[in-house]
Amino acid sequence: MKLIKFTQKGIYCIPGKFYLDPWLPVDYAIISHGHADHARRGMKHYLCQTDSKAILKHRLGADIQVESLNYNEPKLINGVQVSFFPAGHVIGSAQIRLEYKGFVVVFTGDYKVKNDYLTVPFEPIKCHEFITESTFGLPIYNWLSEAQLQQQMHDWVQKNQAHNRTSVFLGYSLGKAQRIMKLMEGVDKMYVHSAIHNLNIAIQGSGISLPETELLSYDFKKEDVQNKIVILPPGLLGSKLIKKIPNAATAICSGWMQIRGNRRWQAVDAGFAVSDHADWNGLLSAVKATEAEKVYVTHGSQATFSKYLNEIGIPSAEVKTEYGTEEEEKDVVSEKIISP
Amino acid sequence: MKHFSDLISAIEITNKTNSKIDALVDYLKIAPEKDKLWLITLFTGKRPPRPVKTTLMRQWCLEITGLPEWLFLESYSNVGDLGETIALMLPDPVYHIDKSLSDWMTELIALKPKSDADKKQYVLQAWSGLHMQERLIFNKLIGGSFRIGVSKKTLVNALAKYSGIDANRLMHSIIGNWDINNISFEDLLNGEHINYDNSKPYPFCLAYALEKELPKLGQPEEWQVEYKWDGIRGQIVKRNGEIFIWSRGEELVTSQFPELVAIMESFKEDFVIDGEILALKDNAVLLFNDLQKRLNRKNVSKKMLEDIPVGFYVYDLLEWNGKDIRTKPLSYRRQLLEQLLDRGKAHDTLVISEIIEFQDWNDLDGIRNKAREFNSEGLMLKQKNSPYHTGRKKGDWWKWKVDPLTIDAVMIYAQKGSGRRSSKYTDYTFAVKKDDGLVTVAKAYSGLTDKEITEISRFVNKNAIEKFGPVRTVKPELVFEIAFEGIALSNRHKSGVALRFPRILRWRRDKSVDDIDTIEQVKLLITNPN
Repeated sequence: MKLIKFTQKGIYCIPGKFYLDPWLPVDYAIISHGHADHARRGMKHYLCQTDSKAILKHRLGADIQVESLNYNEPKLINGVQVSFFPAGHVIGSAQIRLEYKGFVVVFTGDYKVKNDYLTVPFEPIKCHEFITESTFGLPIYNWLSEAQLQQQMHDWVQKNQAHNRTSVFLGYSLGKAQRIMKLMEGVDKMYVHSAIHNLNIAIQGSGISLPETELLSYDFKKEDVQNKIVILPPGLLGSKLIKKIPNAATAICSGWMQIRGNRRWQAVDAGFAVSDHADWNGLLSAVKATEAEKVYVTHGSQATFSKYLNEIGIPSAEVKTEYGTEEEEKDVVSEKIISP
Repeated sequence: MKHFSDLISAIEITNKTNSKIDALVDYLKIAPEKDKLWLITLFTGKRPPRPVKTTLMRQWCLEITGLPEWLFLESYSNVGDLGETIALMLPDPVYHIDKSLSDWMTELIALKPKSDADKKQYVLQAWSGLHMQERLIFNKLIGGSFRIGVSKKTLVNALAKYSGIDANRLMHSIIGNWDINNISFEDLLNGEHINYDNSKPYPFCLAYALEKELPKLGQPEEWQVEYKWDGIRGQIVKRNGEIFIWSRGEELVTSQFPELVAIMESFKEDFVIDGEILALKDNAVLLFNDLQKRLNRKNVSKKMLEDIPVGFYVYDLLEWNGKDIRTKPLSYRRQLLEQLLDRGKAHDTLVISEIIEFQDWNDLDGIRNKAREFNSEGLMLKQKNSPYHTGRKKGDWWKWKVDPLTIDAVMIYAQKGSGRRSSKYTDYTFAVKKDDGLVTVAKAYSGLTDKEITEISRFVNKNAIEKFGPVRTVKPELVFEIAFEGIALSNRHKSGVALRFPRILRWRRDKSVDDIDTIEQVKLLITNPN
């Protein structure tokens, strides 16, 4: 059964006549999550998970035509049953499940298997065909547990405070920033950049509670921020704003920080492997849990991961998409550009 | 090992030498005595021989993880470091071992003569008792460089900051003969085993790049003009029968150049001379690239000594039989230097820097431009009355370099670097036009900013043809101006030419692949086709 087709515009559902995370304008787009390389402008109609709706409106414009569904709330489109399942990537992120005449395809968008105690945890779904990302699809990427990671980051802040330094974390406005907030909750007062602050408001607007933060205003007082925690988008690395923060110690939070060369490439004081993507074992366990007869591998280490899946007896093919680029190129530190 | 592990983490993240020094000082304050001695040992290239082969470590890692070899290699080419790749791939530890650095080193030394089975048992036990960063350090203790940018000089500066002892004196102390089992940290730092009076160097006198018209310097006869050489500026100190060779970075490099030590031994007098360490073969100066192959080796093999013999071009005499003569005029010091070298055995290895005779300032430009033909990088102009200054002083000494040769070429291959550069495509191959296609002319690794490298890496990722392995063929689109020191016809190269010391001068974003040079144009640059 051919339910989906990989086209120039994106992943197309043939009987449903709609696209999944298309990168060119189409009539009907089903969106996995709010990152810019998955949720693009110019679609006539959007469908997303309930918690994503406010994020999409915030990012793409309040006037977009958008409809939403809760997790596991089916909708029939041209005979195809569409439903969302938690992807654990960022708030509102969903795997998109398509069912047509008993044949099931699942598209993951981006996902993370481990629980971050912020997003609704990833849920494996059985399917015939599975379309998975592979951002960290190499066996060198194995994340620490959330508790170990948290310990590392807390130790770092404590050390900074002992040396009278302000701890500055760099992470994307959508996803990473809220994750850092959660990891650092209760340690000390947290200031966030306006880009993060505005997203937080949008997220809270859909009824989700976030750790308490304060907006880092343009004319902040140095003595207020001194020794505290500041969270900024990565694009601000090396900016005037960072230089204004008293005795700043900067840390990049990204899965790429797992590798020493990546940590050392940026002139920062620390690198924490905080990722919103599945690590090697996460990808493998997710793929296996689907029991899919065919696995399509998209953005990341698609060549390597799909070759390995074939070797262990899971029929797989790599698929070229336009994901894993857009969000990155605006930022100095990219989650995806480094991997081939 | 926690302190040592923290130290490595603190050092590797920063590219500021001062932060590295501060981290080292913090470690010295809390580390056990014996660990400090091991720190010095590890960072001065005195480490014991590798007890376990890398091929075995790789094999064991594959056995544990059950992953295919190609995937290991693919991971390795993404990490750029074998010890780190293994540390990252192994499963989480199941218990925790806490041993001091010196305990680990002692055990590793004892492991060397054991059987492979014993080694395997030991290494696997360690791997399953250490977390990622400690595992990486353990792998590095077995062998391999830490690649964290700590030179001997950085270490010495940290020891100096910690102890208050003069840095050059410490350099002599840690380079000197000592045995980790028979010396205390304090005695080592105090230099109980050395006589610093015999090695103490003088600060180097440095020149500025020429910034005015030659006639404004005064009369030609007031100036001594010599060729400028691209080697390692060095100072040879010979006192009371002991010989020390200092590099400009204030590192002692004596043991790297046995042929220089041998010549010095043929002199009776005591003296301190300033000059350039160069690769010299058949009375000709080789390129710095050749000299580089001789550097930082633990042992200089006989073959190395034959293939790349090293000599010393002498510029100046600073001390003569115990007397500091640096304040005397250059002309006087030169006279004494000529006498000294005449008295020594005539030697191809110890060569007095030639003085260039000229009548008119206008003659010099032509001489400078020919300098490249024998691998000189230009001219040095020194005021004959000048003292040997301490450090860089403007006015008395000028350097006047030749302009490099340049071509415009397009990038066609890219490869990831190592160490700090392992995450980016930093090593490139360039091509020029030949008939309807392209032909490679040079590989270059240096000359771009981090920002440019990041941008190019992004381009490579987007436009690469291969999916596996370390090398990427890219669409010929990015044009660069490549500078080099010389060019010659070559049968060994497909292009028919060999460029000497190519490096990237700038990224020509304003040019497209249509604008690059042709191989015919490149060949026109050959002035001396022999």
